[in-house]
Amino acid sequence: MSELPGDLLYTNDHEWLRREDDGSVTIGITGHAATSLGDLVYVELPEVGQDVELGGEMAVVESVKAASDVYAPVAGSVAAVNEELADDPEKINADPYGDGWIVRMKIEGLDESELMSPDAYQQLLDELDD
Amino acid sequence: MTDNVTDLSGNQGQRGGRRYSLSPFFCFSERSNYMGSRTPHYDKHVEAGARIVDFGGWDMPLHYGSQKEEHQAVRQNAGVFDVSHMTIVDLCGNRAREFLRFLVANDVAKLKEYGKALYTCMLNEDGGVIDDLIVYYISDTDYRMVVNASTREKDLAWISKHAGAFDVDVVERAELAMIAVQGPRARELAAPCIAAEYRDAAMALRPFFGMDAGDWFIARTGYTGEDGWEIVMPAAAAHGVWDRLLAAGVEPCGLGARDTLRLEAAMNLYGSDMDETISPLEAGLEWTVAWEPADRDFIGRAAIERQRESADRRRFVGLLLEDKGVLRNHQKIVVEGFGEGEITSGGFSPTIGRSIALARVPAGDYDRAQVEVRGKLLNVRIVKTPFVRNGQVRIDV
Repeated sequence: MSELPGDLLYTNDHEWLRREDDGSVTIGITGHAATSLGDLVYVELPEVGQDVELGGEMAVVESVKAASDVYAPVAGSVAAVNEELADDPEKINADPYGDGWIVRMKIEGLDESELMSPDAYQQLLDELDD
Repeated sequence: MTDNVTDLSGNQGQRGGRRYSLSPFFCFSERSNYMGSRTPHYDKHVEAGARIVDFGGWDMPLHYGSQKEEHQAVRQNAGVFDVSHMTIVDLCGNRAREFLRFLVANDVAKLKEYGKALYTCMLNEDGGVIDDLIVYYISDTDYRMVVNASTREKDLAWISKHAGAFDVDVVERAELAMIAVQGPRARELAAPCIAAEYRDAAMALRPFFGMDAGDWFIARTGYTGEDGWEIVMPAAAAHGVWDRLLAAGVEPCGLGARDTLRLEAAMNLYGSDMDETISPLEAGLEWTVAWEPADRDFIGRAAIERQRESADRRRFVGLLLEDKGVLRNHQKIVVEGFGEGEITSGGFSPTIGRSIALARVPAGDYDRAQVEVRGKLLNVRIVKTPFVRNGQVRIDV
């Protein structure tokens, strides 16, 4: 497993968040999630402007293997979606933390206590491997 | 996030809600502290970086990195699958032919040439499918059957139960390994693995024929819609052959690619497309039922003859998704004015770049329907299968 980006926060559900300078957050799924799902073939994205509650369904990623919900790790409204995933969902497999980002959200605030540091997430992955 | 097989945190069904589960016979669960049966190739799968999953009690490779690349390798070049988990059964006895004419719905009396293969269903008294299988004709007293792995125990019990009356010996050949080498270049790349004295004869095999090659058995059959061989060999030969094939550029392929390849080829999967409650007539397999001669009695005949005359028999069709999304097993089909149906095998077709499915739908004359996906109705078109054969897309996209 490759090195986790150190500037991101992570969730138990294998999502990552990046705090942007304008106060929004960018969200994607981790390399572990992408590998577990296998080759992605379709991504269903939310509407820009849509309000999403914490834990609500935010997107659906479908791989050759199965359909999986992506749940919102924070509450907010959708500021942007990665339109390129419509034609090229495999960007998530190729670059999960970069070109494979899924949603950008405007948020009120971020409760970091609910999220994991790279070290804590790495520990979770290590436990899964055991 | 969760997926429908296991959630990525490893918790089954924690979130509840919608699930599009795969068929129980094609349901993979992540391996954890559980060790299933292992084929002679198991160490080779691990060595090649396979993601190992449980498949009907067997530790099998799902893929070795990219399912789509494995799929494309078989369509364009050559791939090898470990199918050693499948069950080989040899039938021997003076009345073996008579027994098989009673046991299965297709008629082994069609088999007159050495090595000729026949695809058939084995039915219960109600006409439901106990299993689908291939029978190879060796002689009127010797046949080889290859049945599914997930149905092994009930198949052996059923076959043995009926074999007694015909004094036929039923011998499972669990000690043998089996691979499928598939793709336009499969035979060319695999030929050097075959003993020199049998190589020309193997290359000359016609489609759907097999032959003994010493203690090997080679057949020009498969489950991908491509040319190739299925090769049965002693377990001791398994590692050497695997290594040689990979060194020759044959791509190792897992169960994931096997499923998308057979779906594109519109080949049924037992447990998904048919089971003991479904007759071959409602699973697109009427072509495998030998109605003639009319006086041949086979198990299930009376039941499927009644259904044959029924006007409301459900159709079994291929679907092409016209909207965006992915069709999955068990999604509901709505045909306005006709009723509802269900997807029996759905997925993404790497060759077509769209989602396709096999489905059981209401009787009637129509060529469009809708499929319910996450509460929305998506448009599908009924298409003539196969979707893909020999590397070519065969439907209008």
